[in-house]
Amino acid sequence: MLDFDILFPSVLNGITTGAVYALIALGLTLIYGVLHIINFAHGAALMVALYGVFFLKEKLGIDPYWALPIMVPAMFVLGYALQRVVINRASHGKDENILLVTLGISIVLENLALILFHSDTRTIETAYTLQTVAIGPAMIALPKLVAFAGALVTSGLLLLVVQKTDLGRAIRAVSKEKQGARLMGIDVDHVYAMCYGLGLVCLGAAACFLLPAYYVNPQVGSGFVLVAFTIVVLGGMGSFSGALLGGLLIGVVESVGGLLLGESLGQIGIFVIFIAVLLLRPQGIFGARA
Amino acid sequence: MHSTRRHFMGQSAAAASALAFPLVGGAQPATIKIGVLHPVTGALAYSGQQCRLGALMALEDINKAGGIKSLGGAKLEALLGDAQSNPQAGTAEIEKMNEAGVSAVVGAFASAICLATTQAAAKYNLPHVVDVGVADQIVERGLKNTFRFGPGYKKCAEVAVANLHVLNTAAGKPARTVMIVHEESLFGTGTANLLSRELPGYGYDVKEVIKHANPTRDFNNIALRIKQVNPDILIPANYYNEYALLVRTLQQQKVTPKAIFSVLGGAASSYKFVKEFPDAANGIIDCNHWFNPKDKRSAELRKRVEAQGQFFSYEVFMSYTAMKLLADAIDRAKSTDRAAIIEALGKSTFSDHIMPYGPTQFVNGQNMGAQPLMTQVSKGDIKVIIPRDYREAEPVFPMKA
Repeated sequence: MLDFDILFPSVLNGITTGAVYALIALGLTLIYGVLHIINFAHGAALMVALYGVFFLKEKLGIDPYWALPIMVPAMFVLGYALQRVVINRASHGKDENILLVTLGISIVLENLALILFHSDTRTIETAYTLQTVAIGPAMIALPKLVAFAGALVTSGLLLLVVQKTDLGRAIRAVSKEKQGARLMGIDVDHVYAMCYGLGLVCLGAAACFLLPAYYVNPQVGSGFVLVAFTIVVLGGMGSFSGALLGGLLIGVVESVGGLLLGESLGQIGIFVIFIAVLLLRPQGIFGARA
Repeated sequence: MHSTRRHFMGQSAAAASALAFPLVGGAQPATIKIGVLHPVTGALAYSGQQCRLGALMALEDINKAGGIKSLGGAKLEALLGDAQSNPQAGTAEIEKMNEAGVSAVVGAFASAICLATTQAAAKYNLPHVVDVGVADQIVERGLKNTFRFGPGYKKCAEVAVANLHVLNTAAGKPARTVMIVHEESLFGTGTANLLSRELPGYGYDVKEVIKHANPTRDFNNIALRIKQVNPDILIPANYYNEYALLVRTLQQQKVTPKAIFSVLGGAASSYKFVKEFPDAANGIIDCNHWFNPKDKRSAELRKRVEAQGQFFSYEVFMSYTAMKLLADAIDRAKSTDRAAIIEALGKSTFSDHIMPYGPTQFVNGQNMGAQPLMTQVSKGDIKVIIPRDYREAEPVFPMKA
């Protein structure tokens, strides 16, 4: 029905998009894994990061990829401060409160963006926006390849942090047993904030990789956050490798779905998978915990 | 009781108007407020801003030339509105403009927005000149306040298909299959539907119709689909950003149909697109709003727009002439009264314009002389190819690589 020449580029396209999805989902799953909350502000934070990259390029002429060393620490600080100053204080340690606080943050951020930047959809032009690289019969846009590689590297680094560093050990300890970790002398509030910061670091990096081939407007995050939730559920809540593989899978499903069913219906496959996973394997395809 | 009260009301109304009229006649307002409503933010921001530019240039010209002469040189004053690229915001702006006491509205570029704003304005009998809004539903609902100077998409689709057939026949009929890519709102969907209906009558096979959202930032899948279906002719009907990206993605993916034949293509006959992407634009044919290239004033207007660092896009001259049409009607109405302006618009014979329409004649709010022209991008410029009366260059069909 479909030529290899058509299907192959579409799958590659999906994988490259999926890697960025995975990176965004990784942030979400990290925050969930430790804080046991669903960060509703994830989409809004991505939007903030995208505006950051946009204005760095427009006002200061900084290329989106060179913006990485600025955006990543900036998003970390924003995340750390949000958790420490707003979420932690406003939630009084109750999970359901945290949920509402993050939802509130997302509403505030999106409407602030609407006031400050209006509802304009903005894009940036770079020399490489439309450059392509031939891979077999496929012509893949250069920014997408960079995004793919960048997302994988960022995910790898994050995994290293969680696996090999003291911070990572503390994060894992807190996620498993908060009281026990506290008794061992771990500053739980600090770990929470570090974790939220790291979650937003993923978004800072994702924004730098996304913008050369994407756009930003105040509502841009909502599209990603739905997909990211699906990936987190698909991969198993809190599972790193699950988020990574789930992201790639969802990217391919979306791309091939778009090819077969038309652009407007392309995302339908994602949500069919979402419902199917919830029905048949609620712990997620790669999730161990029930 | 009833009849007495009605009698009383009638008498008071008559008395009131008798009292009011001399006042209106004696002291003309120094300025006449006109609503200038466009989507200057959101997905359609570029087009909306171009429209606003055109409308404001017309206002400036009218005021410089002495304002509305029949009203003692009253000046026109713009009340700017932003439809934020969605119909609801457009409607809200009409409410505000009505409150602010505008005499008429010019706007609102996109079909879906015009559909809402004309209806909202109709509640207040507020004259609404539609500058672009090609969907024919806009003028087919019997709204007395609505006037469209330019052609609708039915007219454009008919002209485009008939001319495509002429070009194809002259070239020995190399093209038989067609694919349509359109944006998903009223304008794109309506145009695509009309084309799918018209084309088979001329013996063309419409292989596939693909719609996409606004904004779309990735046309790779659509480009792959086009590659797969491999149509002879690709017809895009979408707004500027998506049109430009689609054509650039095709170039990137090395997809080359025999012709890109646009109907109201958002970027096809745009000096901006031609300047920024000369290779991607080369050879593209478009059936779109276009000025009379033989009229010297169009070249002058283009120069003035370019002197401001802006492109002379169709939005500019469409809104420019729409404002001129309105000013002409206010002058003829000799009044800022909304009903009088509507009546004058209905009887308008406005002919002092740069469009290839001849004297204006409205039937149910549609200017009957309005027509699109066919243009083709060639050597970094846009030339009229059809009809012969306005021809600047011979058409090249099928497109050369």
